[in-house]
Amino acid sequence: MMQEEFNEIFVKYHEIITLGVYGTSIALMLIGLYAVLMKKNLVKIVIGLSIIDAGIHLLFVGIGYIRGGTAPIFSPGYENAANRMVDPVPQALVLTAIVIGFAVTSVALSLIIRLYKHHNTAKIDQIKSLKW
Amino acid sequence: MKKVFIIILLALIGYFLVDTVYNIPFGENRIGSIESDHPTVAGYYLSNTVEKSRVANVITAIVVNYRGLDTLGEVTVLFLATTGIASILYRRKEEEEDVERLNLPSSMLIRTGARVLFPIIALLGIYVFIHGHLTPGGGFQGGTIVATGFLLMLISYKGFNTNHNIMAWIESIAGLSFILIGVWGLISDNTFLGNIPEVGKLNSLLSGGLIPIIYIAVGFKVAVELTGILDILLKIKPNK
Repeated sequence: MMQEEFNEIFVKYHEIITLGVYGTSIALMLIGLYAVLMKKNLVKIVIGLSIIDAGIHLLFVGIGYIRGGTAPIFSPGYENAANRMVDPVPQALVLTAIVIGFAVTSVALSLIIRLYKHHNTAKIDQIKSLKW
Repeated sequence: MKKVFIIILLALIGYFLVDTVYNIPFGENRIGSIESDHPTVAGYYLSNTVEKSRVANVITAIVVNYRGLDTLGEVTVLFLATTGIASILYRRKEEEEDVERLNLPSSMLIRTGARVLFPIIALLGIYVFIHGHLTPGGGFQGGTIVATGFLLMLISYKGFNTNHNIMAWIESIAGLSFILIGVWGLISDNTFLGNIPEVGKLNSLLSGGLIPIIYIAVGFKVAVELTGILDILLKIKPNK
């Protein structure tokens, strides 16, 4: 009963759900790219990179979703539920990607701190030694 | 002018992204039948995890067992990031004297609250990485939770210092045990990170063979590394 109801709702609002998942992730990627290209402040550029990261992770997990699927964890008494689970591979890849994203962000921020101490500014157009 | 160019560029990228992504139907079953003789990668993982790894959480089995070497590289990246930050923000000993983490002392409310919350947060983090093979979560998530507890202490207590010797030892032992477990798998099972899944039954704490041990090591390593990064970043001397 629950499953049928869910399927009905899913088919009825399929367009909106697709837009919600794919559209949001693409919008996040574009917002992050805009920040990276447009902003002068280095911290804002790093924030933009993190937003791109979030969009890509959402897209990955969204692609791995299967209608009516549960989390790929076996509960006691449901050891044969493997055919009703969502795709576990994108989730494992996103787990890796989040950690790498954290490492990249932290190294970038520490480099920004170093630059700020040297030039007394975090704006890329005011750091003159970058031009040659 | 620049803005117009960027918006045109973004519109182009957005158009092609939408064009590509919308060709993938949302929510469709792409795994295929998991009982077939030639299953997809996801189908293989879903149908074989219970018998071959004895782990309830399929994602843990993928991260630690099927793609264990990848996780070892991931842990190495995190270690390199910590080392990189420490060397980028290196200070000489005599500069260390006038380092003040906080400009203002935090209020008594925050200090008392932090002292009450810190053990609970640490306990939750340890729970999450010990039960990584049974429930959602695992070494990376649990380690991050423990590090948030340390962050709470670092920002609310002026004199709270992390012991770098103990942290370096924990990190070394955790990383070394991951590699030693891998080498042991190489000796006993002829594959790096080979598992012994016969121990314990599914959905009990003692199941999955070596997977929980590896995830506990990863949890300790991540907790210590993130605490180290936060400690370094919070100790930066303000410009005078």
